[in-house]
Amino acid sequence: MTRDVAVLGAGMHPWGKWGRGFVEYGVAAARAALEEAGADWRDVDSVVGADTVRAGYPGYVAGATFAKALGWQGARVTSVYAACASGAQAISTARAQILAGLADVVLVVGADAAPKGFFRPAGGDRPDDPDWLRFRVLGATNPAYFGLYARRRMALHGDTLEDFAQVKVKNAASGALNPNARYRSPVSADDVAASAVVADPLRLLDICATSDGGAALVLSSMEYARRHGAASPVRIRAVSTVTPSYPNTVLDLPDIATDSAVGKEPEGPGFRGSIARAAYEEAGIGPEDLSLAEVYDLSTALELQWYEDLGLCAAGEAAKLLREGATAPGGRIPVNPSGGLASFGEAVPAQAIAQVCELTWQLRGTTGARQVAGARVGLTANQGLFGHGSSVVAVR
Amino acid sequence: MARTSTPVVAGWFTGAGEDFRLLGTECPACSSVFFPREDGMCRNPGCACDDLVEVPLSRRGRVWSYTDARYRPPAPYVSDPELPWEPRALVAVELAAERIVVLGQAALGVSVSDLDIGMEVEVVAGVLDEEGDEDTGTAWTTWHWRPTGVTA
Ligand SMILES: [Zn+2]
Repeated sequence: MTRDVAVLGAGMHPWGKWGRGFVEYGVAAARAALEEAGADWRDVDSVVGADTVRAGYPGYVAGATFAKALGWQGARVTSVYAACASGAQAISTARAQILAGLADVVLVVGADAAPKGFFRPAGGDRPDDPDWLRFRVLGATNPAYFGLYARRRMALHGDTLEDFAQVKVKNAASGALNPNARYRSPVSADDVAASAVVADPLRLLDICATSDGGAALVLSSMEYARRHGAASPVRIRAVSTVTPSYPNTVLDLPDIATDSAVGKEPEGPGFRGSIARAAYEEAGIGPEDLSLAEVYDLSTALELQWYEDLGLCAAGEAAKLLREGATAPGGRIPVNPSGGLASFGEAVPAQAIAQVCELTWQLRGTTGARQVAGARVGLTANQGLFGHGSSVVAVR
Repeated sequence: MARTSTPVVAGWFTGAGEDFRLLGTECPACSSVFFPREDGMCRNPGCACDDLVEVPLSRRGRVWSYTDARYRPPAPYVSDPELPWEPRALVAVELAAERIVVLGQAALGVSVSDLDIGMEVEVVAGVLDEEGDEDTGTAWTTWHWRPTGVTA
C-alpha cells in the first residue's frame, strides 16, 4: 500500500476546437484540479508538464510555462515529452517524486492546441528522422497505419466494418453524456458507413480527430491526503512506461519497417501486451479485476486490438466481446465510458492525463449518467510514437 | 535529355529492372537484418557488434497488410496541387528470409482492390515525384511493391 499515491483532484478544460492557446487550456484544467483537491496552488511542491511540440518553445517547457501562468511560487519543475504517452510520463514522474519523498503535492498538467487536418512532421528536411521519412517517401499519415492494422484484423480474425462501426456507436453514446467531450451527438452505424473512406478500410468516423483540450491532476502522498481529510482517496497503484522488446515485429508508427526476427526470436506478448502486463504486475492485479478501462481508440479497430492486448479476451476474440456487449456501459468490462478518443479527438499531451481523470471520477462514482456501477479498479492504456508504453492503474 | 534520376533516400535501394533491390544491412555476428539500414551498431540488445554490412533484401515477399491514402498527404510528401489527388495504395510486405515487414507504396495503377493479405508481391523501381523541367529537373526514385500474379 505504501506504493500508492493519492489523486486529490482531477480537472479538464473541455475538448473542442476553440482556437486559443494551449496555456489557457492547461491553466483552466489545473485550476479545476486544484479546486477539486481543495488545494492552493502555493501548496504545490512540484509541477510536471506534458509537452506539446506544436506551440514552439513554451510547449517544450510546458511545466515552467504552466507554473509561470499560474504565478511563480518556486515549485520544482519538470517537462516531459513522449508523444501520445507524454501524460503518462508526467504522472510517472510525479509519482516517483512523491514515493521518493521529494514532494508531497504534485500538479500534473497537459494541454494542446491542435492544428487542422492530419498530424504532420515539423518543417525542414530531416532524412534521419523516421517521422519525416514516412511522410516524404510514403505519404504515410497516421490513419494509413490504422488502416493497415484494421485490414490485418479483418483478414486474421474476421472483424467486419460493422464491428468497427459499432465501436464508434458505443463510444459516441458515452461521449454524448460527457460534458468534457468534443463530440456529443449519438452516431449510428449508418452514419459511419456513410462517412468518407480516409485510409481503406477505415472511414472518417472510424478515426479520431485532433482537438484542443487540457487535463490536470493533483497527486499527493497517502500521508498528506490523510492529513488533509481525504481518508479514502482514489489511488494510483501502477504506472507502466515500458519500451518494446527487440525484435518489435509489429509495424509501429512512424516506422517504415519492423525489426527483423532473424537474429533473435520474438518473446512475450508483443509491445502493446507488454504495456498492460507491466501495469498488471506492478498493481498486483489481472484483467479479471478491472471494473473499467480507458484505451486509446485512435481508430475503432485499434480499440478492439486493445481488448486483446489488455487480456480482456483471447487473441482474435475482441469483436465477439464487443458484439456481446461486454465492453458497453453495463457490460462486464466497460471500455471508454468517457466516450474515448472517438468523442474527444486527440489532444496529445493531455489525453493520457484525461484518461486518468475519467478513472478518478468513475472510481469516485461522480460521473452521473455514464457511471460504471460499483467501479473499484480502472486501467488506462496507450502507446506513444517511437516506443512509449503508457498504462495507469487506479483503485478506490 | 530527361530529368536526372536521384534516389529519394541515398543507399536504401539499388539497381534497375530485374536487378532492382532494397538495400539493408546485416549483422555478421547475430544475422539480424536492418531496413532502413543501420550503419552504426546492431540493435539486438544481446549483440555488441558494430560492423554491419550492406545486404540486398529479398525481391519478393507476401502482403502483411495494405491500405491507401484517399486524401492528399501533407508535406513533406510532394504532389502537384494543380492535379486532382489519386488514391495511392500502401503495402506492408513480409519478407520470409529476413523475417521483416517493409512498408512501401504500391506500383502505379495498383489499388487496394487488387491486393489481398498473403498475396505475393515483388519490389520494383518507381518514381516518387518529379521536379523542375524535362531537361534539367530531378525525378526522385523510390521502391514500389507490385503483385506478381501468384497468390498464396
Ligand atoms: Zn547483431
